[in-house]
Amino acid sequence: MNLKYLRRKIANGMALVLSLLAMGFGLFWLGWILYTLFSRALPAIHSTVFTQMTPPPGAQGGLLNAIVGSLMLTTIATLIGTPIGILAGTYLSEIGESNGLSKVVRFINSILLSAPSVVIGFFVYALFVARVGHFSGWAGAFALSVILIPVVVNSTETMLKLVPTSLREAAAALGAPQWKVIIFVAYRAARSGILTGILLAVARISGETAPLLFTALNNQFWSSDLSKPMANLPVVIFQFAMSPYEDWQSLAWAGAFLITMSVLMFNILARLFLRGGNARN
Amino acid sequence: MRISEGMATKPVGDFSRVISDVTLKRQYVLDLLFRTVTGLAAVFVLLLLVAIIAALGMGAWPAIHQFGLHFFSSSDWNPVSEQFGAVVPIVGTLITSGIALLIAVPVSFGIALFLTELSPGFLKGPLGTAIELLAAIPSIIYGMWGLFVFAPFFAKYVQPWMNENMGPTFHGPPMGIGILTASLILAIMIIPFIASVMRDVFEVVPPMLKESAYGLGATTWEVVWNIVLPQTKTGVVGGIMLGLGRALGETMAVTFVIGNSHNLSRSLTMPGNTISSSLANEFTEAVGELYTSSLVELGLVLFLITFVVLAIAKLLLFRLKKQEGAQT
Amino acid sequence: MQETNSDLKPKILVKDLNFYYGAFHALKNVNLSVVDRHVTAFIGPSGCGKSTLLRTFNRMHELYPRQKATGEILINGENALDPKEDVNRLRARVGMVFQKPTPFPMSIHDNIAFGVKLYENLSKSEMNDRIEWALHKAALWKEVKDKLKQNGNSLSGGQQQRLCIARAIAVRPEVLLLDEPTSALDPISTAQVEELIHELKKDYTIAIVTHNMQQAGRVSDFTAFMYIGELIEYNKTDKIFTNPDQSLTEQYITGHFG
Repeated sequence: MNLKYLRRKIANGMALVLSLLAMGFGLFWLGWILYTLFSRALPAIHSTVFTQMTPPPGAQGGLLNAIVGSLMLTTIATLIGTPIGILAGTYLSEIGESNGLSKVVRFINSILLSAPSVVIGFFVYALFVARVGHFSGWAGAFALSVILIPVVVNSTETMLKLVPTSLREAAAALGAPQWKVIIFVAYRAARSGILTGILLAVARISGETAPLLFTALNNQFWSSDLSKPMANLPVVIFQFAMSPYEDWQSLAWAGAFLITMSVLMFNILARLFLRGGNARN
Repeated sequence: MRISEGMATKPVGDFSRVISDVTLKRQYVLDLLFRTVTGLAAVFVLLLLVAIIAALGMGAWPAIHQFGLHFFSSSDWNPVSEQFGAVVPIVGTLITSGIALLIAVPVSFGIALFLTELSPGFLKGPLGTAIELLAAIPSIIYGMWGLFVFAPFFAKYVQPWMNENMGPTFHGPPMGIGILTASLILAIMIIPFIASVMRDVFEVVPPMLKESAYGLGATTWEVVWNIVLPQTKTGVVGGIMLGLGRALGETMAVTFVIGNSHNLSRSLTMPGNTISSSLANEFTEAVGELYTSSLVELGLVLFLITFVVLAIAKLLLFRLKKQEGAQT
Repeated sequence: MQETNSDLKPKILVKDLNFYYGAFHALKNVNLSVVDRHVTAFIGPSGCGKSTLLRTFNRMHELYPRQKATGEILINGENALDPKEDVNRLRARVGMVFQKPTPFPMSIHDNIAFGVKLYENLSKSEMNDRIEWALHKAALWKEVKDKLKQNGNSLSGGQQQRLCIARAIAVRPEVLLLDEPTSALDPISTAQVEELIHELKKDYTIAIVTHNMQQAGRVSDFTAFMYIGELIEYNKTDKIFTNPDQSLTEQYITGHFG
């Protein structure tokens, strides 16, 4: 065994040990954060969390209005953003493909994709809230949909591009017009991928806080009126967690647990859909 | 036998099947409609960006008009005297993201190396998923954990030691919150993004390439460093830029733990500020046109910084791709 | 061949056809006629333009903006390349089967119904009859009659290709274009498809591109030999294979290049 060989062996061994440590480093934080979340949230979750409104300081209460508000905001944002995202993604993949508009939109979409969510909250504030004069559920839903759209555009385009050209040619060769080729053949072939993209986008917006601070803000009370400020989990968590009151802090942990679980659920669903789609094809 | 099966059935029927012009016309119109609607959706995406820039630009105009370039050279942020300079949050944003990247890149590389080369097969899936889980946790959870769990821990066990054993860059009262804490949390948040991109690109390196290097007697480390990494540099750079973009714009996690101070400190353990945390902390309470407008200008600056990072990443990827094209 | 020349009506008449991929001149002044209810094979080394030629017959190239055809392709006397001619109508009349099987991601039943529904309003039972008829024609009925609701992708490669043939036949086109229909199939499936071609030429005009000269010899009545974008020789198949006029054709037939 010469010296050079020994040195190489040692370098290799050290690199591998370091990589093991890096893996441990990542898992360590994950474990710590999840442990914190569970140990603080589980004692705080009672049935009242789901049945009572957010309380004033020092009083008992729950998160009902915030849960309902979050569900409404996310649902509306998804309903607004998904069709626009799918259609624009379709344009990029199927219709514009390599024309000027497509190139520009593709680039702009990548900018939107990386735009900080707090900036998008600002934009919607300037567009709606500042004009109307007060925060509103609509503004919050719109801000979330602006975050969701580029994600859906991107995934739809990617998934449609994966559909083999031969499939489109085969449909066109039967005399099918383009819209039928796309809707009945290309969409069907890319179905699970597009759905996965939507689920991941929903997962992304259901944990968003910053844009809601400037748009939907919060509401102490029950409100299903979208033109008024609307309670929602992320902002309630933020305000309660930053407060000095212990009751509020424990409710914040309960809320944190709820949104983490829903985000994880959407992620798992997305994986299942993708796997199901792959198995079928 | 198959032929007779074919002959057995009904006559082919008339070939002079009429395809009505009405049907064709309707299809033509629907095609046009479909193209128009998808085109409009694409234009909507385009207008979204135009609107964002216009809204931010208009909102920021009073501040731009009032302070001009002074906005970028002053560290004075005083709502009472209405003097606003952005140096502290801008520097804070760059420092926190920079430190986060310094920590996250080597760790992510190690994780990707472990997942692709070292991990036994049955652990690959679960461990990869665990790292991706880290990315799925909403940022506000990181913030709460940082504020309630990590900061007290850091203040109690790490900071006293740092005050005794490290240079003045790490000195400060043991509060737990500050630039360094924010950077560390940002690093933890972006590790999964960078690591999963690296893992994905490492995995598509042709096995032949690796095997031929192993065949020459190279060690695992030599194969990864000399073969896999050069082969995948475009993807690796893309992943790092993705992580950097995340770190620059991250709001909630930072807001909880950075301390929101507009004083520039020489120590990393002192409270500071980033653009996004100033926005989250101050915007809903801001009074007066100039105060609001200065905050909007901060948002605009943040947007421009992330845009520049993205543009550099694209340019880099483009050049690397061209080089690779020239090699082959 | 037993027919007298009077039986040979041209179905497709190609006049001065030129084709461009961007600046690349892929077909140069091609003139030929495809005979009604016979099989015409197009052979030649890869890149000779045989597939390109076939794809102009149903204007498949129009899916790609950079591809352009000039000249005339008369089908029943009407110029198919005329922009005024509706491309969807043309494609409904000129069916096509591709190199790789392309079942749509839907059931076997829906695969066939898809094309039929485009231009015909059939009742449920009429549709079922049509599907059964097409599957019989494609010699697939016995194998799939109990699983029409299954996904088309669940079939074997050879079955998938016959499903695609059934799908093309079901819309009752006048011409069937086959673009190397057996190149992705095993020998047994290939034999089945070749038998099918024999059977189908009673009712359809068939143009087939093949890289396999033996196949051209087995299934076709006429053969066109192409080389670098030009039509070198076009004649009855037995003439081309036994006594070609051009030495280039003879070299290709005898395996000197390609």
